[in-house]
Amino acid sequence: MTGFNGARALWATLAAHGVGTVFGYPGGAIMPVYDALTFHPEVRHILARHEQGAIHAAEGWAKATGQLGVVLATSGPGATNLVTGLADAMMDSIPLLAITGNVAQHLIGTDAFQEADITGITLPVTKHNYVVRSADALPGIIAEAIFIARSGRPGPVLVDIPKDVQLAAFGGMIPDPHARPAPLAPRADAVERALEVLRAARKPVLMVGGGSQDASADITALARAWQIPTITTLMGLGAFPASDPLWLGMPGMHGSVAANRAISEADVLLGIGLRFDDRVTGRVNGFAPNARIIHVDIDAAEIGKIVTAHLPVRGDAALTARALMDGATPLLSHEWRAQIEDWKGRNTPPRAWGAAYGVKAITDRLAPDDILSTDVGQHQMLAAQLARFEKPRRWLTSGGLGTMGFGFPAAIGAALTQPDVRSVVIAGDGGFQMTAQEFATLTKYDVRNVKIAIINNSFLGMVRQWQELFHERRYSEVYLGDSNPDFLKLADAYGIRGYRASNADELPGAIDAWLADPRSSLLEVVVPNEHGVFPMVPAGAALHEMIETEPQRQQEGATK
Amino acid sequence: MTAEHPSQDHLISVLVRDEPRVLTRITELFGRRGYNIKSLSVGATEAPGVSRMTFVVGGSKGIVEQAIRQVEKLHDIIKVIDHGLEKFVDRELVLVKVRITPETRVEVRQIAEDFRARIVDVGRHALTFEATGDEGKITAFIEQMRPFGIIETMRTGRVALTRGSNADIPSHVYHDGQTQALEPQAREQQAREVGNLF
Repeated sequence: MTGFNGARALWATLAAHGVGTVFGYPGGAIMPVYDALTFHPEVRHILARHEQGAIHAAEGWAKATGQLGVVLATSGPGATNLVTGLADAMMDSIPLLAITGNVAQHLIGTDAFQEADITGITLPVTKHNYVVRSADALPGIIAEAIFIARSGRPGPVLVDIPKDVQLAAFGGMIPDPHARPAPLAPRADAVERALEVLRAARKPVLMVGGGSQDASADITALARAWQIPTITTLMGLGAFPASDPLWLGMPGMHGSVAANRAISEADVLLGIGLRFDDRVTGRVNGFAPNARIIHVDIDAAEIGKIVTAHLPVRGDAALTARALMDGATPLLSHEWRAQIEDWKGRNTPPRAWGAAYGVKAITDRLAPDDILSTDVGQHQMLAAQLARFEKPRRWLTSGGLGTMGFGFPAAIGAALTQPDVRSVVIAGDGGFQMTAQEFATLTKYDVRNVKIAIINNSFLGMVRQWQELFHERRYSEVYLGDSNPDFLKLADAYGIRGYRASNADELPGAIDAWLADPRSSLLEVVVPNEHGVFPMVPAGAALHEMIETEPQRQQEGATK
Repeated sequence: MTAEHPSQDHLISVLVRDEPRVLTRITELFGRRGYNIKSLSVGATEAPGVSRMTFVVGGSKGIVEQAIRQVEKLHDIIKVIDHGLEKFVDRELVLVKVRITPETRVEVRQIAEDFRARIVDVGRHALTFEATGDEGKITAFIEQMRPFGIIETMRTGRVALTRGSNADIPSHVYHDGQTQALEPQAREQQAREVGNLF
């Protein structure tokens, strides 16, 4: 039996911090940790088929629960395969702990086998990172890393552990978890000025971002008390119930007509927990041109980074929303309500058969507790436009980084948090193939609640849409139809059953069979390839320059 | 917000935990956003485990404010001081090796004396001077020496400290300080842990 070494101390520390599930992939420089795992059955390890699958699964776990996701990888190539996931978690503020093995300390810096300077490489895409120099220091560093990952604006932290540190005898203490800091309350004078601005508003809009997922109840109460029309960004979907008449949809490049028009017309824009991504703002100097902007964020560096806030408020989303309830009286004027209702009526319903039709049919079948994850591209924007989220933490998508291959492993991670909740993936045929090997993870652990839908249009659809609109239809290297696998056979190879629909008549039956399958299963929706996602704000345009409906298409030559 | 303010130099001091890669973290952050570091000095402080860096960064006011806020988020940073917001003293040290001839030797030494520069090395054809002072004085000294023939120079870059006379003023105040509460409490906590600095 192994003596109690650094590797054992790592597992003991993780267990002491309540980490019950770790995603990972073994390799040479992390072997002592995997060896020690056999002595620590209190932690469940989920073996992915690629480190990228492991880290996206950890992200899915974290996004669905708000808790820490943990991923383990070896040195060099194992560690570098985490970089995409780390950048993704950084952009979308996901609390994540990545633990990598490294070569022994005397080999670090010598270009030893499977050595990479992973702390150097991940410097810009982590909230913080560490190299552990001694076994005794390891538990303290892990405790601090977990604290950093979860506090303030959450993010990824990487801890790199050389192999000799994993093997060194451990004589230290396993520390108790750090208490999480109390949520930061906004300053009273900032709140008072924000209230003054709100009270004087005639055309107010509330804009809610991903930082508001855990403040959903307070934000909903705030919007209803003041009767402020509310927009949820891509990352904020679910933080405000879609069934509420005040909800205007998503803003930005593929946002709703109502959301984008309301921003362009608003005289006060109250933004909570959002960072004004360029996909949201369009051309910045055309964004909310008439509005006084109140920007609430926990991260001081986000305030004024892109959009100048007339009234910056640094604070926790829930506490600030609660503070802004003070003296709330309904603001919604008859004119503003009528204007909003007019815009809301302008969203185009999905056309006959196509990607939007397929996505709508699937999202219409979602229950409020179902988790929906997506990859990146047309299907993602369609899902964001068409799904109706009533609850927070039900929507997992790669917003900031736009990572293809994210959706499927993220859904697996989410599915493992709540085995009785359906975890539905909508993916495109392109992105799905970036992490398709994670079918094996479903099979290995007999995960039964993942429902995968591939919207197959034989193209990298979003790139194709841009080529169509901005590159005179020169469809350069975006056709996949001649080389896509038979997705049903691919699933079958891993023991996963598949269902297919190629037209509107087949779809309802296929969806029924797909959802009724007692195990995780695949639905392939084969759609024509020429449809775009609209409304759309072209890159570099202002929100009011939105193209509301698909331009008239020329009759010939629109397919491959 | 970038176009409205002209580019100018900003003097920023950063107190950091003395750990590997801390300098890289900060310079990487500046570099990624395209802020050019014009000078940089790093040294130990009176507190064990704490180093102090002084940066001169070019850019508009908005850009530098953003840079400061980004740096403040880094875990190893204890405090960021924007010297543009308070009174400060700053100094720079320069070593200047000047060509001399029998005819110019006396004049060169006389100018150096006027600048209170000290001779640190004497050669047959060159004198090396050490001078300290604010940036303007150093630049003026170099310009005075230039006609005689400067062989090489090395400037340390500026170092700065807040004046004791207003040391109690919070270092990080926004341009509209009334509504801002951005002095991060966590940093103060950290500072206390590191050595009761503030």
